[in-house]
Amino acid sequence: MNSRPTIYDLRWLLLSMGLVTALHVSHLSIWVSLLIGAFGAWRHVIEARQWELPSNWILLPITILGALGVMVTYHGLFGRDASVALLALMLALKLMETRGLRDYMLLVFAGFFLTITAFLFNQSIVVGAFIILPTLALVATLVGVSHPNGSLHWRFQTKLAGMLLAQGIPVMLALFFLFPRVPGPLWGVPQDAYRGMTGLSDHMEPGNISQLTLSGAIAFRVQFNGAVPANDQLYWRGPVLWHFDGHAWRTSSQLLRIPRESLHVNGAPTLYSVTLEPHNRNWLLMLDMPTIVPTNAYQSRDLQVLSRDPVRTRIRYEGSSNFNYTLSENLSDRERELALQIPDGENPKSIELSKQWAHQAKTADEIVQSALSMFRQQNFVYTLSPPRLGENPIDDFIFNTKRGFCEHYASSFVYLMRAAGVPARVVTGYQGGEVNPVGNYLIVRQSDAHAWAEVWIQGRGWVRVDPTAAVSPSRIESGIESALPPSDTMPLMARKDYPFLRKLYLNWDALNNGWNQWVIGYDQKRQMELLSRLAGSQLSWQDMAIALMVSVAFIGLVISYFLLRDKRIKMDPLQRLYLEFLRKLESAGLKRQANEGPQDFGQRAMQRLPAKADTIWQIIETYSNLRYGRNGSLEAMETFKNLVKAFRTS
Amino acid sequence: MSQRICCKQLPFPEPTVAAALKIPDWKQWLRTARPDNAPAVLSRRHIYILPTRYGLLYALVLIGMLVGSINYTLSLGFVMTFLLAGVGNMAMLHAWRNLAYLTVASRRIDSVFAGEDAVFEIVVTDTKQRARYAVVAHFDGQPSVYADIPASGQGLFNLRLPARKRGWLKAGRITFHTEFPLVLFHVWSYVQLDCRCLVYPHPAMNHLPVPASADEGRSGKLAATSGDDDFAGHRTYQFGDSPRRVDWKASSREQGMFTKQFQGEAQNSLWLDWSLTPGIDAEQRIRQLTRWIVDAHANHQSYGLRLPGQEFSPNTGEAHYRLCLQTLALMDV
Repeated sequence: MNSRPTIYDLRWLLLSMGLVTALHVSHLSIWVSLLIGAFGAWRHVIEARQWELPSNWILLPITILGALGVMVTYHGLFGRDASVALLALMLALKLMETRGLRDYMLLVFAGFFLTITAFLFNQSIVVGAFIILPTLALVATLVGVSHPNGSLHWRFQTKLAGMLLAQGIPVMLALFFLFPRVPGPLWGVPQDAYRGMTGLSDHMEPGNISQLTLSGAIAFRVQFNGAVPANDQLYWRGPVLWHFDGHAWRTSSQLLRIPRESLHVNGAPTLYSVTLEPHNRNWLLMLDMPTIVPTNAYQSRDLQVLSRDPVRTRIRYEGSSNFNYTLSENLSDRERELALQIPDGENPKSIELSKQWAHQAKTADEIVQSALSMFRQQNFVYTLSPPRLGENPIDDFIFNTKRGFCEHYASSFVYLMRAAGVPARVVTGYQGGEVNPVGNYLIVRQSDAHAWAEVWIQGRGWVRVDPTAAVSPSRIESGIESALPPSDTMPLMARKDYPFLRKLYLNWDALNNGWNQWVIGYDQKRQMELLSRLAGSQLSWQDMAIALMVSVAFIGLVISYFLLRDKRIKMDPLQRLYLEFLRKLESAGLKRQANEGPQDFGQRAMQRLPAKADTIWQIIETYSNLRYGRNGSLEAMETFKNLVKAFRTS
Repeated sequence: MSQRICCKQLPFPEPTVAAALKIPDWKQWLRTARPDNAPAVLSRRHIYILPTRYGLLYALVLIGMLVGSINYTLSLGFVMTFLLAGVGNMAMLHAWRNLAYLTVASRRIDSVFAGEDAVFEIVVTDTKQRARYAVVAHFDGQPSVYADIPASGQGLFNLRLPARKRGWLKAGRITFHTEFPLVLFHVWSYVQLDCRCLVYPHPAMNHLPVPASADEGRSGKLAATSGDDDFAGHRTYQFGDSPRRVDWKASSREQGMFTKQFQGEAQNSLWLDWSLTPGIDAEQRIRQLTRWIVDAHANHQSYGLRLPGQEFSPNTGEAHYRLCLQTLALMDV
């Protein structure tokens, strides 16, 4: 069928394209969205006014300008953001030369493709639900163009498209659960494909953890085998930072030559499973101290757990940790050197203070206590918005501003310890979390990001010291929200006021958790787990292929049956009896013609079967009365029934 | 059998690659539905289905989406891809059921003159209580028409077939096809109906005056019956009228075409005699007689037809006109 789509089809197409673009508006540059809208409007005006479509001499420069614009805006053409923007823009341009069925089909198919790219940015429930709209509109567009003059009612078109989608769901489910999953990626992915994922970084400088704290985004969720440990035990170990350059703390590359620190644990381990949000880094967060390393991961020298590949999709791993441990009873010279490193010639007042403590104290522990009591007794304030620090940041903080966030306390504490000759290091990670009573799991947010210190003490190894706890004990005991003054703004969802909203939120998060576990996190591993549990034994991929084919064929059969079966015509008992009478006559060679009413046919039948004329007349008469007459009664119906049942043609 | 929706002409016929390359069409070996016990039913044995090129493209797009979903580990990408695969599957069933089990019968077929298009009125009925959309029909190599068929209703297809020769024109094989609802699948079926159209001879184009009839001595007057002397008014255009006689001015003013009529004298019965037609070419003589019959009928004149071996006495009216033309159409020469 080569008929040309009409303006109705065009409107459907524009609606679909609009909905697909709406999926992308949040990450498209504003000018790209506006331009796409403008092209849509222009195309509609052209169709409505019966103008000519613009010639290539107009379109070509626009295309080139558009591509250049994308290149400038996104610094290139090949990243994720740039590709999607370019695809969206080119589809809108294609609209300007869309005439026949072929163009419509191409645009609709490209629309499907553009829809799926939205998942590169977001795979939440909300996006998953919204995706129904553009898909429905695209399918309805196809329904429209498959009809030659586009005269279908929009409601019918929508209904049919909805029906096709609904009938596609069983096949989708079978394929989703049974189609063998191949772990990606198959080829390299654009550098910026995972941009915008938040999380801890590999260095710490004043401000970057407090910045992270402003995000209400979820970092990971934890399900404990048993009770959730007390809040002050929940130190989720992230990057361990050794090297200080006067401004920022970094992991040390020189650690590579040092053997793994020895760990001795006592007591039963705490078992839990973590569902980690993607953050495009290698670290897997685990409680201090991790004793078992998940598959595909390893432990650094300083006992941080790292995955072999950056975490770019939500992953789930089992963890096991001991709170009662001794880490690294002996410290090598090399390690001691690294753990005492500070840049020369900075922060003279702090160094002076440390030297004084070291002089007075007999043990390292006493030096630690001196520093903590300083934080506790002097006028230190725990705040999200500390003032800027000057030339010598540690001096400025300790002797001048006295206002800081966890990174300030951890940083200055470790600095003071090192200056006093106590080996120390900064540990970043998350502290605490919130128990969701709906589903009973722990939610750890970016706002729970934290930094603390570890000092090495002879005979005890690396000991965790949290200077923030000295300044603000409630931060560690009951979470960040209770520790901050009300003037500091926290993300809504990390706050504890608005109980109703919170309850709503916790339910929503429980739903999200299920979504993440079963839809987004449904990967090769989960598939194997689920199917093997269902089958009761380990499945091979051949079994899966067979199961897939059998179930798709079965679904196809069931749906075919319902689609293709003959609809039963509902008949009243009178009609049924009359048809039975007709059948009896037909077997005697008397077939009612399509144009014969009961009376005419009755006449003919009486002539053909004179012996039965009376009965036939009676039946026809009763039928006519019951069907067309006014005084039909149950008795008459009964009579009619008996007459028909008793009727014999011979 | 309630509603009927008249068919609509599609803008242009479907050109096929095979036709362009003159490849023998493999479809000629496919099964054709015939009205063994009328009407013909497009039962499942007669329905063929193949993906269209858009269907193939759709499959390619889905494969692309699948690979993308694997590469970027997009779970929702899988959901979307598999859902569209399901939709494609369903489109196949829907396309099939859109055509299957339609019954096809022909209705009255009006006779035409050779050179015109014979129009076969084909009635397609749904007996499965479901509405059918965008069902397209055409004779081989002829333009397509489409119709929607309401549930338990009928659709009417006026299929045109050029009538080139006088005599019976048998309806050729009719192809029914549909790509509804998603253009992803092409479903088609063939029907060979047992119906034919009577094609009258093409009326001769010249305006040879009606020759003098030997009978009743009225030849002189007859010759002038439809002469060129006096303008006598208009009559509606008849197929085969000379363009020189068409009153173009009147035709442009009013609706329809008009032919100028000229008359010499009062009307009388005519004898149109085979032996009076000039020439030796039998076909040409038949066409000449046809011309005279058409003119006489248009002028409401009484005329008789005398052919070798049979004779129709002078008469007027539609039935007489049809009978004379039919005899000429089927005449063996």
